[in-house]
Amino acid sequence: MTLEPATRVDSVPPSGIRRFFELAEEMDDIISLGVGEPDFSAPWAAREAAIASLERGRTSYTANRGKRELRERIADYEAATHGLQYDPDEEILVTAGASEGLDLAFRALLNPGDTVAIAQPCYVSYVPGATFAGVDVVDVPTRAEDEFKLTREVLESTGAADADALVYCYPNNPTGATMTGDEIAEVAAFCRENDLVVFADEIYADLTYEHEHTSIASLPGMRERTVVFNGFSKAFAMTGFRLGYAMAPPEAIEAMNRIHQYSMLSAPTTAQYAAIEALDNCRDEVTEMAAQYDRRRKYVLTRFEEMGIDCFPAAGAFYAFPECPWDDADEFAEALLQEKRVALVPGSAFGAGGAGHLRVSYATGLSDLKEAMARIESFIE
Amino acid sequence: MSSRREILDLLRENARYTTEDIARLTDFSESEVAEIIEEFEEAGVIRGYQAVVDWNAVETDEERVRATVELNVTLDRETGYDDISERIAKFPEVTSLRLVSGDYDFDLEVEGDSMREVSHFISDKIAPIPEITQTVTHYIMESYKEQGMEFDDHDDDDRLSVSP
Repeated sequence: MTLEPATRVDSVPPSGIRRFFELAEEMDDIISLGVGEPDFSAPWAAREAAIASLERGRTSYTANRGKRELRERIADYEAATHGLQYDPDEEILVTAGASEGLDLAFRALLNPGDTVAIAQPCYVSYVPGATFAGVDVVDVPTRAEDEFKLTREVLESTGAADADALVYCYPNNPTGATMTGDEIAEVAAFCRENDLVVFADEIYADLTYEHEHTSIASLPGMRERTVVFNGFSKAFAMTGFRLGYAMAPPEAIEAMNRIHQYSMLSAPTTAQYAAIEALDNCRDEVTEMAAQYDRRRKYVLTRFEEMGIDCFPAAGAFYAFPECPWDDADEFAEALLQEKRVALVPGSAFGAGGAGHLRVSYATGLSDLKEAMARIESFIE
Repeated sequence: MSSRREILDLLRENARYTTEDIARLTDFSESEVAEIIEEFEEAGVIRGYQAVVDWNAVETDEERVRATVELNVTLDRETGYDDISERIAKFPEVTSLRLVSGDYDFDLEVEGDSMREVSHFISDKIAPIPEITQTVTHYIMESYKEQGMEFDDHDDDDRLSVSP
């Protein structure tokens, strides 16, 4: 026996983002529009609550499912903002980021050999997460002409009807696409008709700029077949705290907690205190950050229009997903980085359907954003 | 849809944003932005545009001394707060003047080239005003934040340059 990677690990290639990260790290004075996290620090009140909890010596484990006070607040928050009703005792699990939640769901709720349909382009962890769990993946590439929304047509044409589960994320990373209540209802109907369970990554739910977010779990007949993932990383700008949560009916949460209690034991305690404060007192900061993102979004979309670059009006998260002016977006991104010191991530790094596009993160201060857009403009001229 | 208020917020953030920038950041066209700013200026909503200066960073031997002064006043039938404030605000040394609640009446900010100059100004020009009963002067030793801007640069972006 040697310390070789197991075959299911070996079968997963390193993240496509890795290469760009390594290139960018070698260079000085780059402006990066390649960052998938807020440029804001966590709200000060949340940071201070974390410090205060340390000063009081609150450094023990918490309950496996997370502090009850936190789960109660999550339940209240989700009820007030997304119309979801979950019982804090049995239907909410606090995790180390939404990513842990997804990983738990793949392992706890699917069997090896089951199939999961994954709407793409998407966050880089979904396909590897399914693979690590021995679950087969059906790629569901959304299309530029649909503004990267998930449609019944795409679901049907890719064979998603035969899958056991569907994973998607709206508002979407990397495209910034959002879906209206009616559009989500169409996906919900498809899942009911074909008996799919849904893993809905709603981490960007509070960062929408054109219409309110609709959670699929709030639609008729969906609660019992859905796990909703959310967390504090994006809207509350708390990425490094590593705190998320999953919401689902009791038997699903119980199964996920079965793994969580052995692998994680409990989510970071300090982060849980920060999150309680965030939900109690930092909603205004979230609104203010969202207002800033919206301005930058308008700026970026207007600038692309001025440059003649085709970009659909992305209405959520903090990404725009323009069509690449060159045929090969990987080549473009690399040349732009080398020549103009601006980092973008080619869409192909986010799976099927991403090729030929670029992810442009506007989670960057306005002065850098202006400079970066000016450099892109001079590069394509 | 953007509100007119958003234009104020943007100019408060950076008064040097061009009308073109503001149009790109909002739903207004460039000409609408120019029009709204002009209306704000005419209505006295926007009173001026100034740089936020960190005097400690200015490389010169010249000193810039600032102080906040608490003023107590007495009023009578003929003299109200507005009358007193008008007399005080006229001095160019006075950079801000506010009526406040609490232990004293006016909160005054004064600027000068030396502590001596500021002290003389308070004792010669402000204290003798008949309605003023007391002044307490606090020299500003260090400024950490002005007009919403923090002066230290510790907030460097330490995020990974590319992340999923």
